[in-house]
Amino acid sequence: MSPKRIVLRFMAGTADRPIIYHLIKNYDLVVNILKARINPKKEGTMVLELQGEPEKYKLGLEYLRSQGISIQPLSQDVKRNENLCVHCGACTSVCPSGALFLERPEMTVKFDEDKCVVCHMCVKACPYKAMEVCF
Amino acid sequence: MAVEKTLSEINAKIKSGKVVVITAEEAVSIVKEKGIKKATAEVDVVTTGTFGTMCSSGAYFNFGHTKPKLKMSKIWLNEVSGYAGFAAVDAFIGATALPDNDPLNSVFPGKFRYGGGHVIHDLVARKPIHLRAVGYGCDCYPRKEINTTITIDDLNQAVLFNPRNAYQNYNVAINLSDKTVYTYLGVLKPHMGNANYSTSGQLSPLLKDPYLKTIGIGTKIFLGGGIGYVAWQGTQHCPQLTPLPNGGELIDGGTLTVIGDLKQMHPDWLVGASFLGYGASLTVGLGIPIPILNEEIMYWAARSDEEIYAPVVDYGSDYPNGSPEPIAYVTYAQLKSGKITIDGREVPTAPISSYYRGKQIASILKDWIREGGFLLTEPVAKLPSIGEAPPLKPLKEIDND
Repeated sequence: MSPKRIVLRFMAGTADRPIIYHLIKNYDLVVNILKARINPKKEGTMVLELQGEPEKYKLGLEYLRSQGISIQPLSQDVKRNENLCVHCGACTSVCPSGALFLERPEMTVKFDEDKCVVCHMCVKACPYKAMEVCF
Repeated sequence: MAVEKTLSEINAKIKSGKVVVITAEEAVSIVKEKGIKKATAEVDVVTTGTFGTMCSSGAYFNFGHTKPKLKMSKIWLNEVSGYAGFAAVDAFIGATALPDNDPLNSVFPGKFRYGGGHVIHDLVARKPIHLRAVGYGCDCYPRKEINTTITIDDLNQAVLFNPRNAYQNYNVAINLSDKTVYTYLGVLKPHMGNANYSTSGQLSPLLKDPYLKTIGIGTKIFLGGGIGYVAWQGTQHCPQLTPLPNGGELIDGGTLTVIGDLKQMHPDWLVGASFLGYGASLTVGLGIPIPILNEEIMYWAARSDEEIYAPVVDYGSDYPNGSPEPIAYVTYAQLKSGKITIDGREVPTAPISSYYRGKQIASILKDWIREGGFLLTEPVAKLPSIGEAPPLKPLKEIDND
């Protein structure tokens, strides 16, 4: 299967367990951690690219859920508000994954949600607040 | 024989529906295809457009009198402070003004979520705005405070008045330092990680009439989605043409002061902007029609992105320290391609002004003229052209001790 991008949300108390170790060791999944953060309340958010055999992938996700971790597909996380975007291009210089790019020669800004790694750089850099975080 | 037209001939054509109007982008290809002489004979007007953040913008208002009367000495619109050092109920708000309680850059980089530019946008969008004003009280104006809600339609006058807009050309910002900098040209990564620019190049009004042969005081323009006028030369106006060492020339330094009735403008074309770590501002849509009176005017109006150069300046150290000597010069064609090469290194580029929206402005203005509703104006007076304005002086600091 092709790699899937997911967002994991850890409750306080889960964030300090070696979850990723088990995901690799027991389910033979290829893990690429795109972003990981623990807030002051000790809740964690992790953005993963996950790849493996479909059956093992399914079992891996079941294991994560059994640990009290909620799973969301990544594309739900950052959205573009089309009404606010003026197609300037300020976001394209800070987007690390090429998800936001200029289409030439029209010079319109395109957003490829599949490439988004939810780093939130565009959310900060957009002068018009057109990039929104959805929870 | 050289082609010569007058403005009244062009206006007669607008009225009779026979005018030929093209955008500055179309002018590039038409002149390449047909040559200057034929294009000048065929085309009457070239429209330009730009949609970029222009900090020297603002609006003034007359709020109407209260009963009993109040002489407003300080005012706030949605908590953003304005300037009220005029007659009783007149005030101005600047695009970069911020609320008194904004955290600014105390947690760096600050967000600057709402400022004067946003107030102007909300007014034009006909949203209700909170007005607070205080005065000291006198025999004519005994009242000392008001807290109320207004909309733009409640005001006697609401006028957009921008002391410096439409900068002829602008720096391409890079960062040579070893830390990220947060600028009015966006976030700049260290060690020349990216290059940001903010001009619409071949669509930019003052790059298409660099000698200001047709644009002058009184010129009617597209401003904020409505009609505006050139009021004066902009602050820091000092247009120059500098030949570049490797060929080509740099044209920069011209600016305009523009004015227009805010009530007939549109929120799509006056948008509040928040630049991380820098501040709040206003993004202004502005377009100017250029009457093609002769071949020389057509020559400049048809200049292409390949022929228009911009200076590359270090915003990591040189610019903030007041010595912005360009590191290199690049063309808008290179900038728009997505990468430029500086000192043998490839640097990704990104625009901060919207070429897409600039093109829409040129196209709207073209439609207005073609439909007969927008006649061109003869300047009331000329603006200083290339080499005619005195050079800009730095601020001298005098030691008073």
